[in-house]
Amino acid sequence: MELKPDDLRLAYRHMRMIRLFEEKLSDLVQAGKLGGFLHLYAGEEAVAVGVCSQLQETDVVTSTHRGHGHCIAKGVEVPGMMAELFGRATGTCKGKGGSMHIADMDKGMLGANGIVGAGIPLATGAALTAKLKRTGNVAVAFFGDGASNQGQFHESLNMAANWQLPVVYVVENNGFGEFTPTEFVVPVRDIAERARSYAMRSEIADGMDFFDVAEKASKAIAAARAGEGPTLLECKTYRFMGHFVGDPLPYRHKEEAEDWIQNRDPLQGFERTVAERGLLSAGELRVIDGDVERELAAAVAAAEEAPLPSIDELLTDVYVETA
Amino acid sequence: MTDRKLSVAAAINEALHIAMQTDPDVILLGEDVAGGGARDGDDVDEMGGVLGVTKGLVKAFPDRVLDTPISEMGIIGTAVGAAATGLRPVAELMFMDFLGTCLDPLLNQAAKLRYMFGGKARVPLTVRTVSGAGMQAAAQHSQSLYWITTGIPGLKTVIPSNPADAKGLLLSAIRDDNPVIFCEPKTVLYASGPVPEGDYEVPFGKAKIVREGSDVSLIAFGATVRVALQAAERLAADGTSAEVLDLRSLQPLDEEAILTTLAKTGSVVIVDEATPRCGIASDVAALCVDQGFDHLNTPVKRVTAPHCPVPFAKVLEDAYMPSAERVIAAVAELS
Repeated sequence: MELKPDDLRLAYRHMRMIRLFEEKLSDLVQAGKLGGFLHLYAGEEAVAVGVCSQLQETDVVTSTHRGHGHCIAKGVEVPGMMAELFGRATGTCKGKGGSMHIADMDKGMLGANGIVGAGIPLATGAALTAKLKRTGNVAVAFFGDGASNQGQFHESLNMAANWQLPVVYVVENNGFGEFTPTEFVVPVRDIAERARSYAMRSEIADGMDFFDVAEKASKAIAAARAGEGPTLLECKTYRFMGHFVGDPLPYRHKEEAEDWIQNRDPLQGFERTVAERGLLSAGELRVIDGDVERELAAAVAAAEEAPLPSIDELLTDVYVETA
Repeated sequence: MTDRKLSVAAAINEALHIAMQTDPDVILLGEDVAGGGARDGDDVDEMGGVLGVTKGLVKAFPDRVLDTPISEMGIIGTAVGAAATGLRPVAELMFMDFLGTCLDPLLNQAAKLRYMFGGKARVPLTVRTVSGAGMQAAAQHSQSLYWITTGIPGLKTVIPSNPADAKGLLLSAIRDDNPVIFCEPKTVLYASGPVPEGDYEVPFGKAKIVREGSDVSLIAFGATVRVALQAAERLAADGTSAEVLDLRSLQPLDEEAILTTLAKTGSVVIVDEATPRCGIASDVAALCVDQGFDHLNTPVKRVTAPHCPVPFAKVLEDAYMPSAERVIAAVAELS
């Protein structure tokens, strides 16, 4: 895997954008400006960005209810996403999808998904398309440790392994399925172990370390593209802001959360690594920080000003209308 | 009309051959759709599905007919993902009762992707599924659950009553850019009838008058069309002229054809193989009352299965299914 300075700048930009985007959403909810259910990705940035840094635009990803990070990492435009969250006509999905359904097929983003585990067979299907149509594309399913308990996970992995599909299953093990600690409901220590049932490769990455995720994703993606079948890549991570916006977090240990947030922040880790390796200067990163902050502020301002959907849109796109 | 007669099963097989010949993106996947067969050049033959409907297709299209594990959620979910990314899958759900094992990919994915994505996705998926009673398959292999799929915005649901429609409706389903549930009623599957040669489509949302009449309209679809025709025959002998309308497509629904026959006869009996609550018969009855009230001379009657599971014993299963006798009795209540 080779990461050029431009790749690193883009990765950092995406990670910073995800963090600020999610913090901004939390503020906007508290200010009463946003409705609906919001699940924030802060803390898990290295996973989405690490994996997507190794993908092509035509590769397809499926996501989860915690999907903003995957969207940004896959290149979905932030102004459209923000307008979508404001329920505006200019949103990525014309204001009809909302947080849990942001999708942009033009960017290979086959949707956030409100149903835990439901993106997994969709990615498997995208991989079937890639294989049968010989497009050379790879599909990636992002999902959580919770989804690995769903039938859709097991059925999909079995089929993908059997057909040797070009797909990478990325499980973001953030230690909790909603509010229940993973070890309360999962008998295996590592979700990656589940790959063995399907004679599938597996790999465990430090989900707080962009470089580790990118390295391991790169191998899995290359194998998939080379026709060597699927990989289950488990990324150990942590959600900094709880399950949903407004989560009072009574169920998690304060010290544990502080340890992850203070000592393992993926953005700080990235900054340390690029400094140690002399890849990017702190000054460059601060310039990106400023750019991202301005872009985000502009996106919020534009979304607030954007028109609401016309009531006529209620009934459009239920079906493909053919002549 | 052609003299050539085929069963519905054979007409479906022919439609699949045509669809796969004319479009390289069409694939078949499901449990046993290839159905084993020779892998190493030995002399075993494939099953072609539990009822043999897809037999021969794997030989003609070896790379595009995919046996799956018994994983309905995986099959349908994968088919949705494949459809959204450029294939045109025909997935087989062996029996419609198995909807319970794969509802999410239909209810929350296939039906909604386009709408949720602001019109950017299309899901050209066909799900073929055997529905209904009549083979003593009992409670978990005999249900007519098209009322569920019909009630889900984003899905289309069609149900043929004869071989010619089965072929044309299936070709339309496969070429439709929306997810379509194609029901294959058990008592229809082996019914024989004329089937035109070649490639043709039967459009959705177009009901068909299969018998003209003037005194009462019998509205039927799938398995109940034959029942309604039998009833009409016997009613004619008693001097009642019954018109029989075959809906063919449940969503979209040909409301105009329903209201037209209602206006012609002033009386409607709807014959539906499914259970009565929240069903197609109730839906059509509501339409008749809501929009055809001025033309109604009698109450609207429904002949359906009762609100109970499908029983095993033949005598009970026969009592469960709508019959010509029950249709005639319903017509008798009108006068």
